[in-house]
Amino acid sequence: MDEIAPEYDVVVFGTGLTECVLSGVLSVKGNKVLHIDRNDHYGGEAASVNIETLFKKYGNYNKGEEPWKKYGRANDWNIDLVPKFLMSSGELTNILVSTDVTKYIEFKQVAGSYVQQGSGAKATVAKVPSDAGEALRSSLMGIFEKRRMKSFIEWVGTFSRTDSASHKGLNLNTCTMKDVYDKFGLEAGTRDFIGHAMALYQTDNYINEKGTAPDTIERIRLYGNSVSRYGKSPYIYPLYGLGELPQGFARLSAIYGGTYMLNTNIDEVLYEGNKAVGIKATMQDKGGDEPMKFTTKCKKILADPSYFPGKAQVTGQLLKAVCILNHPLAGTDNCDSAQLIIPQSQVGRKHDIYIAVVSSAHNVCPKGYYIAIVSTIAETTANHHLELAPGFERLGRIEEKFMGPPIPLYEPLESGVNDNIFISKSYDATSHFETTTDDVRDIYRRAEGQDLVVDGLREGTNLVNDE
Amino acid sequence: MASRGPAGSRVGNSRFAQFKLVLLGESAVGKSSIVLRFVKDQFDSYRESTIGAAFLTQTISLDDNTTVKFEIWDTAGQERYKSLAPMYYRNANCAVVVYDITQAVSTSGRLWELEELELTSHIQASLDKAKQWVKELQRQANENIIIALAGNKLDLVTEQPDKRAIQTADAEAYAREAGLLFFETSAKTAENVRELFTSIAKKLPLDQAGPRNPRSGGRGGVELRPDTPGTQAGGPCSC
Repeated sequence: MDEIAPEYDVVVFGTGLTECVLSGVLSVKGNKVLHIDRNDHYGGEAASVNIETLFKKYGNYNKGEEPWKKYGRANDWNIDLVPKFLMSSGELTNILVSTDVTKYIEFKQVAGSYVQQGSGAKATVAKVPSDAGEALRSSLMGIFEKRRMKSFIEWVGTFSRTDSASHKGLNLNTCTMKDVYDKFGLEAGTRDFIGHAMALYQTDNYINEKGTAPDTIERIRLYGNSVSRYGKSPYIYPLYGLGELPQGFARLSAIYGGTYMLNTNIDEVLYEGNKAVGIKATMQDKGGDEPMKFTTKCKKILADPSYFPGKAQVTGQLLKAVCILNHPLAGTDNCDSAQLIIPQSQVGRKHDIYIAVVSSAHNVCPKGYYIAIVSTIAETTANHHLELAPGFERLGRIEEKFMGPPIPLYEPLESGVNDNIFISKSYDATSHFETTTDDVRDIYRRAEGQDLVVDGLREGTNLVNDE
Repeated sequence: MASRGPAGSRVGNSRFAQFKLVLLGESAVGKSSIVLRFVKDQFDSYRESTIGAAFLTQTISLDDNTTVKFEIWDTAGQERYKSLAPMYYRNANCAVVVYDITQAVSTSGRLWELEELELTSHIQASLDKAKQWVKELQRQANENIIIALAGNKLDLVTEQPDKRAIQTADAEAYAREAGLLFFETSAKTAENVRELFTSIAKKLPLDQAGPRNPRSGGRGGVELRPDTPGTQAGGPCSC
């Protein structure tokens, strides 16, 4: 076996998506990377697991039972731990294309994006309109409101931050999104689905924040561009589940010389003064052989927050329930996959409830099954099941439900420049990976002292190439 | 970007099919060298551990009407600490498991096989590692994957017969028992390299269309390209 090198430019702890993207990018840029995970699989919190592993993780069965057996071959299941989709025109898609990781992963559209109006027995589910034409056909609005919505969407398409002629007489540096909505005379229900199902805000805080209207408009535009890219919804999803994403970027890193070690515990981080300068670690051997202990130096450490709990703080609690269904989501035209957003105002909450559905069309489960993940941010310290109840109501009959305690969301206490330890954030409650790629860029800036440019990343690197 | 066209097609009498082939085996047995010989007809004695050559393609014409394209995945070194991802094995149609016929005890994998060494003779160690990889393939890959066993570095033995550590008959017997194709190869002299891939090509199910991606086969996958809104059309929707 090759010996561990005496020194690496970067040692990375955890093979979640954030860490693997960074590992891949840093390797392509010529850094010598050692990438370690304490688990025996890739993905950390962003892994996809089979149904046996899921049952064992949640332990919701009696001793001696093997409830996963009635769901066919365990390995036909790839169940995400994080309920997210990729925006078709989002930054993760851009990074995947720039790095050619698309060679290893195939994607499929998510079939529809839906929003709930009303609650309880009166709740209705409708498709989120993505362009002016769909707005006119939408059941979400009355006839006059449709026209107002159409002119709003058309304006969003022509809006330019720098061209004040496109600002409709508003001072966008100081006005709020409420002012913009008022300008178009949009009704409360319309504002609700624009803000929550198109701009994908999880709370209503954005409405009264001064000067942020251009951000909101860009989020709506990202939604619209993402829909128009493939046609049905703004989202795409990798076949075999989200766990393919970290694996793909890990492979990219390995191709450019990155060294991968799973099943490896970090025994000690070595410091000189305040700065981390190396690690001691032990690779376990599944075959029962002697563990391999090693020490190596490094210039910096990148890690997910679980490796440095003392250097991270909790910013919120995510509630999540993974549900196995044997039918599609009601009100979604029997789609094989969908996102359904229940805006907070419709069910008397402060945070939206999200439902993400995928199925055998994405090779994540056997035919006839659907995996629905219901999630939101916790607003109470108990009764978490009740907080998700409006989501469960949408699912109809549920075959299995996996719901653990609230999941703490971490972010680093410091930037990392003082101790050479650069820590990522947890995967948040948003429905997509835009905040994950923001975090990738932020960590890259902190660790490398410059902005990450992914366009043309692989150009000029000297590799044996395809064909 | 790799060709993502139809994985299998038939025009008139001619057939074209594309298959994913994965390489397995310990470090330094010559996995990449075999591929480099097959794809580029090159050899480099001082080749470093695999960097960069992780995705190559090569076509073979079986006859005037039949072309097979291999999409070859190299381990990119992730086998070194047993960290190959499930993605690597996913939908592989065929595999080449490589061992070094001159290595009684491979220089790599010193931890993995200590126990094995006590049970079997030292002479068998290199082949035993190949057997482990075959087991791993049977655990992780498609049931009907076609596996070829390749004993590499035949040139060293041709020059100096006493360098041989694994007898041809032993490997052959194992391959027959396990249902594997078997060749002794030399990436250096090219001996049996083309034969190895040709025999795999002949065994592949050419008539089952869409071998490369039985997973998505026309069910509406999308191809990711740089953002040019409006130019992409998704496939037909199944819902």
